[in-house]
Amino acid sequence: MTDQRREDEAAAAKPTAAPKPAAPTAPAPAAPRDVIFDVDDINVFYGEHRAIRNVTLDLHLNEITALIGPSGCGKSTFIRCLNRMNDLIPTARVDGKIIYHGEDLYADDIDPVQVRKRIGMVFQKPNPFPKSIYDNIAFGPRVMGMKGDMDEIVETALRRGALWDEVKDRLKTNAFGMSGGQQQRLCIARALATSPDVLLMDEPCSALDPISTGRIEDLMMELKREYSIVIVTHNMQQAARVSDMTAFFTVELHDEGRYRTGAVVEYGETDKIFTNPDDKRTEDYVTGKFG
Amino acid sequence: MTGAQIAERAARRAVIPQASGADRAFATFFRVLMYTAVGISMLALVTLLYDVARDGLPKVSWDFLTSFPSRIIPENSGIESAIWGTLWLMAVCAAIVVPLGIATAIYLEEYADRTKWWNRLVEVNIQNLAAVPSVVYGILGLAFIVRGPLDLGRVVLAGGITLALLVLPVVIIVAREAIRAVPPSIREGSLALGATQWQTIWKQVLPGSIAGIMTGIILALSRAIGETAPLIVIGAAVNPRFNPDGLGSAFTALPIQIFAWTTDKDREFVELAAAAILVMMVVLLLMNSFAIFLRNRYEQKW
Repeated sequence: MTDQRREDEAAAAKPTAAPKPAAPTAPAPAAPRDVIFDVDDINVFYGEHRAIRNVTLDLHLNEITALIGPSGCGKSTFIRCLNRMNDLIPTARVDGKIIYHGEDLYADDIDPVQVRKRIGMVFQKPNPFPKSIYDNIAFGPRVMGMKGDMDEIVETALRRGALWDEVKDRLKTNAFGMSGGQQQRLCIARALATSPDVLLMDEPCSALDPISTGRIEDLMMELKREYSIVIVTHNMQQAARVSDMTAFFTVELHDEGRYRTGAVVEYGETDKIFTNPDDKRTEDYVTGKFG
Repeated sequence: MTGAQIAERAARRAVIPQASGADRAFATFFRVLMYTAVGISMLALVTLLYDVARDGLPKVSWDFLTSFPSRIIPENSGIESAIWGTLWLMAVCAAIVVPLGIATAIYLEEYADRTKWWNRLVEVNIQNLAAVPSVVYGILGLAFIVRGPLDLGRVVLAGGITLALLVLPVVIIVAREAIRAVPPSIREGSLALGATQWQTIWKQVLPGSIAGIMTGIILALSRAIGETAPLIVIGAAVNPRFNPDGLGSAFTALPIQIFAWTTDKDREFVELAAAAILVMMVVLLLMNSFAIFLRNRYEQKW
């Protein structure tokens, strides 16, 4: 039933339509939404110091969730919990549970490499590999041992990344020759090539000009039909434009400001967070009085 | 120039004042100092080259390259056995240093937990070993490789291992630099796509750093090629009239041959030494040029 509904909406949504927050789900707000990540009381420690505390929220399937908040509030730390990128920091420790498709990502028998194959990530600064455009896309499928026509896999990924028409004649040229915006879309296409079902984006537009940013936002609106997207952004308008749900993080200072811990102040529908938030701190932040 | 333009230029002068006399004098002083420093080192090099070329150039010939050294007749003497000995030594040295050096560098950069004391100990040791005089490696080679536990005798393999030990720290340090130059964002990008750590190293980090690593290896080998002291200590043959025919063969090398000739009382043998130095310098220049070529050709601009 829900699948049927989603397909109908997908058919109804026009790719070229101006991005409107929460448009596809707005007609049926009462319907319970499927949860992709059930985050239960997550705490992250770097050594002795707690970087984020007690984060508990449900991230929804086929929606865009925005994480906003001032610098140092732990948004990036949190998004990196979702694909276990924090494992790469030797001193980092994650407490709590993140249930994804019924499994705790932090259970002992979970291999972080397998997690990252299902949950793609795009970083703040475009980080193409110093290889051809083709090889950038093919890298993920190759390390996964994906069988099939690699040319087709590459083309599909580049089309999904809205980059195919711009690069189809120079697939074998070095990716470093692309513009910053193209590089970032290449990184998105690269993440899509392995067919993940979640896309994590850590400030994907902060290094881009407004036109490239607009392209990537359009792309996100396209992609959410097939993927669930979590995005960290410092750009409030961007969060308001693209996201369905928004979580506002803040910084708590301890020991006279020597330690900073991030925590979620408020989490809810993007419309509500931006127009009628419950918490005064959220209101101050989204209206620009603070941060 | 119209009056208005002159006035405009004068106005600009007022906004951006000229450098003060003291500043300019200071700059000139340092420029002269730098030119002098460069001049002195160039002069030393040119003098050396001239001196060697004057004695040696007339002696360099195909016969010189393809004859065995003679103790008695300088005209019939050559460096064939020394060239082959050096080639054998380099092959053994490279075969040991390349895998060992790269693997150690990968371990230290990508796997080692720097909070553990044993990893820091290894690091400090390698830094110090790079500064140990080469003759000490010769003594080590003599005590542990030629005699002692390995007991290989005064053979190619023993010489190659000794030289490998000598340049290994340098290779490790250069390879680590090259690996560190690969930005962390490349590793993150690879890991985020579900690549394992080994896949990330093998397919991203190593290709991104191989030019730097190769450059370091070539420079290390060109240092090994000129090393004399350790080979003398471990007992390389002098004036052998045969080429090494395997790892277990006695050997000589270019620097050993040069050393033997320069200490000869006969002036003609000393001139042969100059000729051999010329040959060795050409080889060194070729190797270093190749290293520079590699660096420029494959250098990664991140």
